[in-house]
Amino acid sequence: MAKITMREAISQALMEEMDRDPAVFIMGEEVGVWGGTYAVTKGFYDKYGAARVKDTPIAENAIIGGAIGAAMVGQRPVAELMTINFGFSAMDYIVNQAPKLHYMFGGQFTLPMVIRAVGGGGRQLGATHSQTPDAIFAHFPGLKVVSPGTPEDAKGLLKSAIRSNDPILFIEHATMYQVRGEVPEGEYTIPIGKSKIQRAGKDVTIVTYCKGLELSMKAADELSKQGIEVEVVDLRTLRPLDMEPVLESFKKTNRAVVVEEGWKSYGVGSEIVSRIYEEAFDYVDAPIIRVAQKEVPLPYNRTLEQAALPQVADITAAVKEVLK
Amino acid sequence: MKKEQLLDLYYQMVLIRRVEERGAELYQAGKIGGFMHLYIGQEAVSTGLIAAREERDRVITAYRDHGVALNCGISANEVMAELLGKATGMSKGKGGSMHMADTSKNMWGGHAIVGGHLPIASGFAIGDQYAGNDNVTICMFGDGATNIGYFHEALNIAKTWGLRVLWVCENNQYGMGTAVDRASAVTEIRQKAEGYGMKNGQVDGMDVTKVYEAAKEAIDYVRKEGQPYLLEIDTYRFRGHSMGDPERYRKAEEVKKWQENDPIGIFNKYLLDKKVATRKNLDEIEARVEEEVVKAVEFAEASPEPAMEELFTDIYAD
Amino acid sequence: MAETISMPKLGFDMAEGLLVRWVKQVGENINKGDVLAEIETDKATVEVESSASGVVLQLIVDQGTMVPVNAPIAVVGAAGEKVDVAAASKVEGQKSVDEKPAHQSAPVAAPVQQTSSPVDSGPVKASPIAKKIASDNKVDLSNVQGTGPGGRIVRKDIEAALASGQPSAVSSQPVVSSPSSAVIVSHDDKVIATTKLRQAIGRRLVESKTTIPHFYVTHEYKMDALMDMRKQVNAYLPDNEKVSVNDFILKGVALSLRQFPNLNATLKGTDIIQFGHVNVGVAVTVPGGLMTVVVKDTDQKTLRQISGEVKAMAGRARDGKVKPEDVDGSTFSTSNLGMYDVEEFIAIVNPPEAGILAISSAREIPIVENGQVKAGWRMKATISVDHRVSDGAEAAQFMQALAGFLENPVRMLV
Repeated sequence: MAKITMREAISQALMEEMDRDPAVFIMGEEVGVWGGTYAVTKGFYDKYGAARVKDTPIAENAIIGGAIGAAMVGQRPVAELMTINFGFSAMDYIVNQAPKLHYMFGGQFTLPMVIRAVGGGGRQLGATHSQTPDAIFAHFPGLKVVSPGTPEDAKGLLKSAIRSNDPILFIEHATMYQVRGEVPEGEYTIPIGKSKIQRAGKDVTIVTYCKGLELSMKAADELSKQGIEVEVVDLRTLRPLDMEPVLESFKKTNRAVVVEEGWKSYGVGSEIVSRIYEEAFDYVDAPIIRVAQKEVPLPYNRTLEQAALPQVADITAAVKEVLK
Repeated sequence: MKKEQLLDLYYQMVLIRRVEERGAELYQAGKIGGFMHLYIGQEAVSTGLIAAREERDRVITAYRDHGVALNCGISANEVMAELLGKATGMSKGKGGSMHMADTSKNMWGGHAIVGGHLPIASGFAIGDQYAGNDNVTICMFGDGATNIGYFHEALNIAKTWGLRVLWVCENNQYGMGTAVDRASAVTEIRQKAEGYGMKNGQVDGMDVTKVYEAAKEAIDYVRKEGQPYLLEIDTYRFRGHSMGDPERYRKAEEVKKWQENDPIGIFNKYLLDKKVATRKNLDEIEARVEEEVVKAVEFAEASPEPAMEELFTDIYAD
Repeated sequence: MAETISMPKLGFDMAEGLLVRWVKQVGENINKGDVLAEIETDKATVEVESSASGVVLQLIVDQGTMVPVNAPIAVVGAAGEKVDVAAASKVEGQKSVDEKPAHQSAPVAAPVQQTSSPVDSGPVKASPIAKKIASDNKVDLSNVQGTGPGGRIVRKDIEAALASGQPSAVSSQPVVSSPSSAVIVSHDDKVIATTKLRQAIGRRLVESKTTIPHFYVTHEYKMDALMDMRKQVNAYLPDNEKVSVNDFILKGVALSLRQFPNLNATLKGTDIIQFGHVNVGVAVTVPGGLMTVVVKDTDQKTLRQISGEVKAMAGRARDGKVKPEDVDGSTFSTSNLGMYDVEEFIAIVNPPEAGILAISSAREIPIVENGQVKAGWRMKATISVDHRVSDGAEAAQFMQALAGFLENPVRMLV
């Protein structure tokens, strides 16, 4: 096993898949000559050339719509949204076209495409550049939404996403590129649509993903010192949602905290909590608590921004609250 | 063009006309639901255009797509069945009037979001460029679509990247109920291509032979030069925007005037004048079409509804 | 017409009762006789039946509230009827207890004040998993103290209830402070919280022992004839209706009391009130304590009737489903430890009664008859008597009178 960063993991996945399948190409803003605004595709332009690493105009509809078209006629484009916030500029393609074309035309063609998008706040980029709108995209049947929280998962899942014949939104986090983690040597993929228990525990179930995973694992260590052992279930994929490990854990602990960076109202947690109540009602020992971003647009000021975002302390407090 | 080809064009135009008329009747009888946009009056546009393409050239259009579907070789049976939502429709009854496609005939639909399919058309060309072939993507859209962002992003990237797309604007003078001069900064749509430094042309859409010539030239250009081209085709729809359109936005006299230039009438006259066909040939074609449409409706009505399980199929490929 | 249900007087000395649990909720249909609520008195947790049929329109008091007797607790009427709380002063629907005008409230200790945390109205607050485990293990939620927020019963509370082996009651209330609690509890010791019933019994008996001057008379009864008669009688009775030795004794006691009305009495101030009825109480062991079920007009009932009633009431008492009338109205009590090989024991008088008979085991022992030693069945019984009401001679004569019935059992059949 090697210890690499999230950035390296994603970069490696892209490279390995581009080497493996000539149909795979990248398109997006500043992915080529610049090397990617998060340096994920650094070096790709020189290695693969302009045909396979396409710098696009600042035109999200052309980027995503273009990727859709290219995928329909048999290529495997990996489009990039510089930030997921720009996804709103291409909303029609992400949620109205890509998830539906295969279905509407009776399955005559597939859309083997990936949209990589960077989400999340915490870098003082202001409200319109800092959102976590994952729940919105996860709402649409026909689109798969993946969001890993570890380098191992990022690499394995991105490779699976590129090989998949379905349109997949792959959500990364702006402040996690330098997170380090063990990654298996050699060729491996991780199946889309499978949650994973990242840490075993007996007292409380934490359900989370992406940035929430990073925070929850830190919270778990702190809580452990206080004699509380939490079990952390990482969703990894938002759609299709795998509730099995979540329910199994909950039936054991009877108490849960759901952690996400998005807003609480109508968020990912709403779905998780509903499903737990629906499918494990008799196992509930306390109301489930959601830890999420405060219901505000994210401000520029550093302190205010951090106050709005969920922190480790919020998670530990929630765990203790749910244990009452 | 040879005689057979010309007669075939006539057959296609009459088929479209009859399918649309019959479709309207079925819609009013409550057998077709949702939106239905008739191509009556515009038959020459798609007929001439698609006759000019090669099999490997891709066609994508907006929601006024029944005629385009027939021109691409999709049977009247499948068109009628899809309108009735039956399992034997080319989209298995799950697309409806606005989402007809048959990729085996390089017909990629049938799209309902105004202008939405334009970036996708660029995408086809990106894919073909990536694959290294010289397929041309023929992207049809209305005058209304030239005012939306998607149009601009798609044309811009096509020109910037040198994509093989023939942008065909079917200017039927109205974007839904809004006349071109009320919606667009310039009334001559092809001028918009000028803004992108893109080669462009304009042709009378009521004359199928003119459309064919113009299309042939444009497709050749796109293929040889590896550059996009915008062809504005002036035409008129004799019926409303869609079924149920009260047409308050245009005068009856105007409609009548355009109807004097009925494309089928024009072509009928042309074929007879040029002695390409006799009255009898044309009558036979019309009779053939009549029967074909009757059979198509029978086929569609006799076809089964999709099974309930189909609700959950084709959501994902994997 | 809406009817107000009030806190019933479930015991002659009951001043107030704890409304433990509403069994029916507002809006539910209820028939006359259906259980409306569970009420806890010093003696027992008792089911209160509705005296009206209709829809529960209002629950006037919250669960966990101590309610004075006769205070309104609920309103039952037709669906949609408007309810005026102020007008709910009609005292109706009181569960009719055998009203004995002769019974007056003798001074007794007031029922224990509840010190549990306030529980809001509505169903017992318990988490779904707690409810499930409770239901699977037949734990009565109303007897479980919840440690979750707002008094919610959570999983560990049920598990604690099960572990303590007392499924019907785990009280974490502090015990009423006893004098000289100088005992230091070490971690080797086991701390068991007493039940409310045990506490109530304790209070009553402390009062009895400290205020009633007891004296005791023991008599040994020849039981041969009775044992024989019992065998004969039971030969004709189905298995579940066989009469016991105690059933005979109850009849004998009742008939004897008729001859000695002073022992079927109570002291009120400076008056002795001799009860008009003979209602003999029978002590029954129940989880967490003792309960005395009462056979009304014991002297007038047949052995079979007495036997059936005692069986039924004892069963209800053990199941925690005792009815108010089961435990109220006793004029004289009995306690039988015969099944435990007891030679002799002494019971404590149950105020406000004047006497209690402690019945020991019937044993086959060597006796002397006509100068000969032989085997015979003998049973000792000891009467405890309030010396303010009676004296030794009278008590001894009563015991002789009882012998007249027990040793000639055929007299008890007519």
